[in-house]
Amino acid sequence: MIMDNRKDFLQLFDGSLPVEQITNSWYDKYKNSNFGAIITFVGVVRDENKIDGLSFDIYEPILNSWFDLWQKKAKENNAIVLMAHSRGDVFNHESSYIAGVCSPKRRVALELIDEFVEDFKAQAPIWKYDIIDNQRVYAKDRSTAINGAGILS
Amino acid sequence: MVIVEFLGPINKDDMKLDIKNLSELSEILKNDKEISSWLETCAVAINDTLICTKDFDLTDGDKISLLPPVCGG
Repeated sequence: MIMDNRKDFLQLFDGSLPVEQITNSWYDKYKNSNFGAIITFVGVVRDENKIDGLSFDIYEPILNSWFDLWQKKAKENNAIVLMAHSRGDVFNHESSYIAGVCSPKRRVALELIDEFVEDFKAQAPIWKYDIIDNQRVYAKDRSTAINGAGILS
Repeated sequence: MVIVEFLGPINKDDMKLDIKNLSELSEILKNDKEISSWLETCAVAINDTLICTKDFDLTDGDKISLLPPVCGG
């Protein structure tokens, strides 16, 4: 049922995410797999602080190993995790991030999506920039140091 | 020789260094004005595996990555 290929579960796109295409494809793919709960979280770029949008850098090798650990954790609960994220520029009111969980049980899915999204925000090797006047400005104040940071200081 | 790369918003080219461990790297980077202020908040990966200790011997060809604070989504 699962784990054939990471690319089936983790998808990266240049620019904004085609939300309906992604979420519909996940639903169509898994609705017959006897998962009683399919949850998606869609992150949308807000118009705030005079930004035109956000821009993202991703370091894929470590994103992949971070994601594989989550897939392993989900599997231990008979669940799967899904994720889509943007590279480059995403303008206001478009989506840059979708997380999904499919689980036989509602409670497992609700708890897993919460932990998965929060750990993503804190640990996944993705860097966010505000787009202001066509410049990329690192969102330093909203960023979190990865666990274990500072060993060279 | 090892390669040091600086990811995300750290705007710095890769460095090639002849060093044997991370303590040597720490000393070099602390004296680099472009990078020293990042060190406290940067995580470190060796050959794409995050590490949590400076007690790490380096091997010729290793790739060391510095990962500044993250914010996906």
